Amino acid sequence: MDTQQQILHYVLRLGDNALISGHRLGEWCSNAPILEEDLALTNFALDYIGRAENLYQYAAKLENKGHDEDFFAYRRSERDFQNHLLTELPNNNFADTMARLWFLSLYEFYLYNELCSSHDETIAAIAQKSIKEIKYHLRHTKEWVLRLGDGTSESHYKMQKAINDYWMYTGELFEMDTIDHEMLNLGIGINPQNIYSLWLKDVKETLNEAQLQVPEDSYMQTGGKNGIHTEYLGFILADMQYLQRAYPDAKW
Amino acid sequence: MNADLDKQLNVFETKINEDINIEPRDWMPDDYRKHLIRQISQHAHSEVIGMQPEGNWISRAPSLRSKKILLAKIQDEGGHGLYLYSAAETLGISRDEMLHQLHEGKAKYSSIFNYPTLTWADIGAIGWLVDGAAIVNQVSLQKTSYGPYARAMVRICKEESFHQRQGYEIMTKMMQGTKDQQAMAQDAMNRWWWPSLMMFGPHDSDSPNTGNAMKWKIKRQSNDILRQKFIDKTVQQAHLIGLSIPDNKLKWNEDKKSYDHGEINWDEFIRVINGDGPCNKQRMKHHIKAHQEGEWVRKAAIAYQLKRKELINQ
Repeated sequence: MDTQQQILHYVLRLGDNALISGHRLGEWCSNAPILEEDLALTNFALDYIGRAENLYQYAAKLENKGHDEDFFAYRRSERDFQNHLLTELPNNNFADTMARLWFLSLYEFYLYNELCSSHDETIAAIAQKSIKEIKYHLRHTKEWVLRLGDGTSESHYKMQKAINDYWMYTGELFEMDTIDHEMLNLGIGINPQNIYSLWLKDVKETLNEAQLQVPEDSYMQTGGKNGIHTEYLGFILADMQYLQRAYPDAKW
Repeated sequence: MNADLDKQLNVFETKINEDINIEPRDWMPDDYRKHLIRQISQHAHSEVIGMQPEGNWISRAPSLRSKKILLAKIQDEGGHGLYLYSAAETLGISRDEMLHQLHEGKAKYSSIFNYPTLTWADIGAIGWLVDGAAIVNQVSLQKTSYGPYARAMVRICKEESFHQRQGYEIMTKMMQGTKDQQAMAQDAMNRWWWPSLMMFGPHDSDSPNTGNAMKWKIKRQSNDILRQKFIDKTVQQAHLIGLSIPDNKLKWNEDKKSYDHGEINWDEFIRVINGDGPCNKQRMKHHIKAHQEGEWVRKAAIAYQLKRKELINQ
């Protein structure tokens, strides 16, 4: 894989995470506990889809095969997607979604903060736009972790369970493979291990404030970066790609 | 006491006659208040229930651009629901009470949302036809006599006209596309045309609530006049992109400078309003389920807020 290919993969990973996360949040439409929250969740979905669109547009340019951004979202298959497993897990209840989104937003906060000074100008520009949205996602989800953790006994139980259930999917966020190493060397990408300690410190502080326990270290799931996903991803793609696959000649 | 009441009524009627808005703290007749609560809450519920048929296509929107537009549109609708619930709250009813009335079947929402969105073209048809019909009504309501409602309408109309253009764009693209896409667009047109005309309500001669509403300037133009405006602007838009209107009696009338149309199926209108539309049960079940499943979250938020207050007071 040459450098251009590696940059392409790096951008696609960022795009895939945004797309799949946005897809899951969009599923909350008309299902949230209050109307204000319905608007917030679909607004986050919109942020993510917009980010995916920008990243895939750049991917199309890097790939240079005449594809557009929709190709990457709609015409690739399960094994081609390189998003983290955490993004594709089902929404389940509101605490589950908030735990997942909080873990992700906190990770993205540190990731995109560093990407703002990437040597790749396009990645830096996308990061500068995204970081404003991410700060808001982080503030919103952290508030819910606090409210649910320190709300009623029922909400406390549900939030703790959500934190415990998703914990094993957080390790993958900080994995480093050859593409990450190469991007780091070129000053394009970041060292995910450097942001892990920052992430963990914030997680511990917030959980403590929310009267929640930090889960014990256990086995961390892995695979997303290599296209080895949960069974859920196939259904997301079947749903999302249906029209593009059923009518391959159509323009929408 | 009676003299006071007469005086208040007189002030109220003078304002109405002089087109001065009635504001929340002003005295108003009970029936005016009741009529507004019924109408504004119904309007708010329509915006919120309308999120379901459109939300049905978020995950399957066929391009990233169309997915973004749809997400933004649905957020706008939810936002309209919020302004309208707030406008109704100025009349002395809470959002909880309004939701309770909706769930009990005492408050209604626009019957159009009891029809299903079967294909992507339905998202185009809703934006173009349903929002298009809503705009005609809402432009007229910008001059309604109750201040908070009128002001909500001004803001809502701006966003709705975007939606209508976006819906028309979906239909245009499909009509310029493959044979399958054209067939999908025409099918959506066939299914949504008549229910869109029904959105304006019964003919003026059969409309029981019109009398006082017109006198009090809550409603500014009659159902039939608004419906005719919608037909006249929409027929031309349809023909421009090659869609036909599913009404073989539709004909330009040179004398009145507008279209004559076929008879609306009022039996269907009444049947759907009374609960036997394709999706009435599904829509209510969905809304009630989301509301019930969210109860523990709302309780937690209140409990947390109380704990914070206690901490501050300590």
